[in-house]
Amino acid sequence: MLESIVFSVLNGLLYGMLLFMLASGLTLIFGMMGVLNFAHASFYMLGAYCAYTISSYTNFWVALILAPLFVGFLGALTERFGLRNVHKHGHVAELLLTFGLVYVIDELVVLIWGQIPVNYAIPPSLDFTLFTLFGTSFPAYRAFILFVAIAMFGAIYLLLVRTRVGMIIRAALSHPEMVGALGHDVPRIFTLVFAFGTGLAGLAGVMAGNYYITEPGMAFSMGPIVFVVVVFGGLGSLGGALAASLIIGLVTTFAVSLNYSIADLLAAVGLGLDGANIAGGLAHIDLSRIGQMLPYLMMVLILIFRPRGLMGARES
Amino acid sequence: MSHSQSSRTALLWHIGVWALFALVIVVLPYIFTSSSSISMMSQMGVFIIFALSYNMLLGQAGMLSFGHAVYFGLGGFFTLHAIRAVNDEVWQFPLELMPLVGGVGGLAFGIIFGSISTRRAGVTFAMITLGIGSMVESSANMFTDFFGGESGISGNRVTDVTLFGFSYGPSIEVYYLIGAWTVMAAVAMYLLTKTPLGRISNAVRDNPERAQFVGYNTTIARFIQFSLSGFFAGIAGGLFAIMFEIMTAPNVGLVQSGAVLLMTFIGGVGLFFGPIIGAVLVTYMHTALSGFSEGWILYFGLMFVFMVMYAPGGIAGVIYAHAAPWRAGLLWRLLPSYLLVLLPALLAIAGLVAVVEMGYQLSLAYDPSSPIDLFYMQINATSLWSWLVALLGLAVGIAGVLATARVVRARWAGVNRSMQATGAKT
Repeated sequence: MLESIVFSVLNGLLYGMLLFMLASGLTLIFGMMGVLNFAHASFYMLGAYCAYTISSYTNFWVALILAPLFVGFLGALTERFGLRNVHKHGHVAELLLTFGLVYVIDELVVLIWGQIPVNYAIPPSLDFTLFTLFGTSFPAYRAFILFVAIAMFGAIYLLLVRTRVGMIIRAALSHPEMVGALGHDVPRIFTLVFAFGTGLAGLAGVMAGNYYITEPGMAFSMGPIVFVVVVFGGLGSLGGALAASLIIGLVTTFAVSLNYSIADLLAAVGLGLDGANIAGGLAHIDLSRIGQMLPYLMMVLILIFRPRGLMGARES
Repeated sequence: MSHSQSSRTALLWHIGVWALFALVIVVLPYIFTSSSSISMMSQMGVFIIFALSYNMLLGQAGMLSFGHAVYFGLGGFFTLHAIRAVNDEVWQFPLELMPLVGGVGGLAFGIIFGSISTRRAGVTFAMITLGIGSMVESSANMFTDFFGGESGISGNRVTDVTLFGFSYGPSIEVYYLIGAWTVMAAVAMYLLTKTPLGRISNAVRDNPERAQFVGYNTTIARFIQFSLSGFFAGIAGGLFAIMFEIMTAPNVGLVQSGAVLLMTFIGGVGLFFGPIIGAVLVTYMHTALSGFSEGWILYFGLMFVFMVMYAPGGIAGVIYAHAAPWRAGLLWRLLPSYLLVLLPALLAIAGLVAVVEMGYQLSLAYDPSSPIDLFYMQINATSLWSWLVALLGLAVGIAGVLATARVVRARWAGVNRSMQATGAKT
């Protein structure tokens, strides 16, 4: 039991930090530009595939640097030649554009890399057991993911709060005309922010692609949950995204690892239930099956009771 | 012309258009008689209702939903469970009215989820609908009695309980059932746009603040519109269930929700008939292309992105933009410039299709060097020359479009000037 709890906490933290790597870029873009990038998970997938291709020619460490840069470059192109053109039609048009990009990018990935998963492996230098606890080993690569994610959070935070660039970016969000009047190129700031956000998604892809599987469905399996994280944490809030990522990471991991149902719980305290009626049927569904649904349920609940999310600054 | 006379001609005009719509639906099976086209046209009917119901949200009330398939799919599941109940002789209900079961199911869940989601507007509303859509889709794993697990649930639409004595076994009888419901639902949704509710929805879409100042509750307007849209989506789902006799969990899912958004937007959200065009076109292309090419989703995605960027009014919007020049008798001045742009556009499309098809051949085919049949030619995807030619065609085509688009813009500017000068209505 203790073993299962310890490893659930570790894996939940890990999943949460991976979610955060994706969610931070999404929430930054939303916070700065008001654009909800529907294709964010697609950029994440591109990161994984680019890392696969780059690392097959060079090595993982080169891919770790180059793949996010390349994905960020693609993001800059998207902003410059796509989003900027539809900006005048409002945020819904921007959302629709990124929605269309999901189809395009996901299919292009199939077109270039094929339908079957690619063999994007963990680098040998990180492929060892870090420690063994209760007879179960903890791979070093997981620790590396945690390290990169935490370093990333620190870097973004310092960049936004402590540097002059971050100050201009935050100012461009709330008072674009004033920042423009001071001589800063606001559209270029937006392009940079979008490139930075998608680059972060690419970095998440580089880290997660070999930890999970690099396959064309990886964007679709990650996309909705990242939105949940961002909405749950509060749109535009970096701290909220971190908290929400960890909460949702832990909740889903625990729900999957704890294979109990409400009926088991009731049986443990001496109340037997048979599955004949609907309530009985519900009680017999074990937690692992509810686990998939829990994040969405949590999102709907928080939207009812606290619409701005955990740490969101604004109503909408 | 007196006011009552003009409104009477308008009424006659409306009745005439809808009668023509019904007539087309009646006549079509006599022209396209094969069973595959009957099946395709039946699907078109289902998706016309679905897309029109979606446009009650996006086009008429400005609500972008990513979870509209929830009401479509749940309506289908309710209908199929009702049909199974009739199969098991525990309930008596005529098959012709079965879509109403779906409609009521869609309405019920529209009320439940709408009361949560319509409190917010804009991007947040879109997010909530996405969350609800994902929630319902993943809950299919929990409620296996209702959703039937992996295999879904199926039923038999031939129930012996009918109003008009048809068995609804043959697909042509199902086609006419769907056709009748399509006309009824489309007319009902059209009339809804003429009610105060429809007008208030438009106001809420265009300027929610002002609508509030006038004294309307925007949340309630959105909520009623959302619930009714769930009703019609449920009817579409019910017809879908009758047609295919099987419903699976993906029918309530995000892919289906994305598809209806795609077809509605491509058809055009600004005009009532836009989604009809979109549903017909997308269903046709889906059926025609998916057998022919792996890349039909890619083509759809590119088309969608292109339309968001350059034709946000969809196909209906493009058609409608020509109404004013046509009335002013100036359309002939535009057409030559269209022909001019059409040529490089076709070249660009051909180049793009060739690139995409060769790409799929390389990545998916068992033997990439086997030739592809394209444009009445045999193309070898492994040859460098075919790639060069295709890419050259694409590049030249795009350059040509960019160059000739200027001519089109100049012509349009000229036409607009003439119309302003003559005081024609724009």
